[in-house]
Amino acid sequence: MYIIVVGAGKVGWNLARELLEKGHEVTVIESDRRRYLTVEQELEHSVTYGDASELWVLERAGIQRADMVIAVTGDDEDNMLICQVAREKYQVDRIIARVNNPRNRPHFDLLGIRPSVSATDLILRLLEHEVPQYGLVHLLDLQEEQLEIIEMLLGADSGVTGRRVGDLEMPEGSLLISVLRSGKGFVPGPDTILEAGDEVLAVLDPGHEEQLKELFGPDQNGAGA
Amino acid sequence: MFILIVGCGRVGSSVARAMLREGHEVSCLDEDPESHARLEVGLEKGWEDLGGQFTVGAGLETEALEAAGIQRADAFIASTDGDNTNIVISQIAQRRYNVPTVIARILDPLRAEWYEGQGLHTVCPTRVAIDMLESAVREGAPRSGSGPSAEPAETA
Repeated sequence: MYIIVVGAGKVGWNLARELLEKGHEVTVIESDRRRYLTVEQELEHSVTYGDASELWVLERAGIQRADMVIAVTGDDEDNMLICQVAREKYQVDRIIARVNNPRNRPHFDLLGIRPSVSATDLILRLLEHEVPQYGLVHLLDLQEEQLEIIEMLLGADSGVTGRRVGDLEMPEGSLLISVLRSGKGFVPGPDTILEAGDEVLAVLDPGHEEQLKELFGPDQNGAGA
Repeated sequence: MFILIVGCGRVGSSVARAMLREGHEVSCLDEDPESHARLEVGLEKGWEDLGGQFTVGAGLETEALEAAGIQRADAFIASTDGDNTNIVISQIAQRRYNVPTVIARILDPLRAEWYEGQGLHTVCPTRVAIDMLESAVREGAPRSGSGPSAEPAETA
C-alpha cells in the first residue's frame, strides 16, 4: 500500500517506521524544518518537507495514488481538513485522523472524518478499565454500525446479583453477550444466575448506557445493605 | 439581519462596523479580548452602546459560537487569521447550525477555489491581490515613481 502520514511528531515518526517495516511505501509530510531534518536522518527519502494543508504539497507527495492518508499532527483543524481534502478531492478511500482535543470530536464527525483516534479518549478508557468503580466501561464504539459494547462489574450491592438473566428487565436494544466469572468466560442463557464479581459484557444501541447502569448498579430499592 | 463575525481583526472589525452602520444586528467573536478596542476605532460611542455584541472565545468551541448567537444568525463570516480555522468553522455554521449565508475568508487561492466548488462561499484576498497586480502590470505602471496609482485607469 502507498500511505501518506502527515506530521512527523512522535506518533507520525513511529507509525511511519512500523509501516515501512511491514513493507508499505510511506511518505511522511512535516512542516517544521528542524523536525524534518531530524526525522530525515532516519527515514531519508520517505519524509518530505512542507505544509500538508496546501494542496500542491499533497500532490507533490503523490496523494493521487495514495491508498491511505493518516493525519496525526498536533493540530485538529489540520488533521480534519487534510482528511477531508484527501477523501473528497483526491478520492483516497481510507483516512485516519488523530483527535488532539476530545472536545473537537463532534467536528470530525460533522465533516464525516472517520475513523478518528483520540489518545486522550483511549487513555481515559484504559483508566476506566483499571478503576472499576466507574461502573461501566466503554469497550468499543461501532460508529458505522451504530452499536456499542460495554463492560460492567457487578458489585455485591448490584440489583441483579442472584437473579436469573431471563428475568432481567433489559432495555430494548440491548443484549448480554458474555459473563466473565473467576477468569472464565461464557455466554449466559436465560437460566444463568448472576453473581457478585461477575464481569458482564453487553452490546447495545447507543444511548442505553444509563438504563443499563441503573439496572446493573447498586440496588435502588434499598433491599441491600 | 443578524450577522455573526468570527475573527475581529482588521477585516472582521471593519465589516462589523459597516454592517452595524447599515442597521444590521452584529455579533463579533474573537479569542483576544483586546480586539474589542479595534472594533471601536472611529466610533463616536462604545460598540455595545451602538447595539453591537462582543464575545471572547474560540470559533471552534461550540459554547462560544452559541454564546455569540450562532443559532439565530442569518449570516456568518469567518475572518480569523487562520485559513484552517475559517474553513472548519464555516462548515460548522453551514452543516450544524444551518446558517443561510456563510462566507469564509481563505488566503490560500488553491483551497479557496476548491472549497468554492464544494459549495462554500469564499473570499480570497490573495486572489484579489494577484489579479490586481497582474492588471496593474498590464496597464503599464510607470517605470519610476510611486508604483501603481491609487485609481487605476479603466481597461479599454
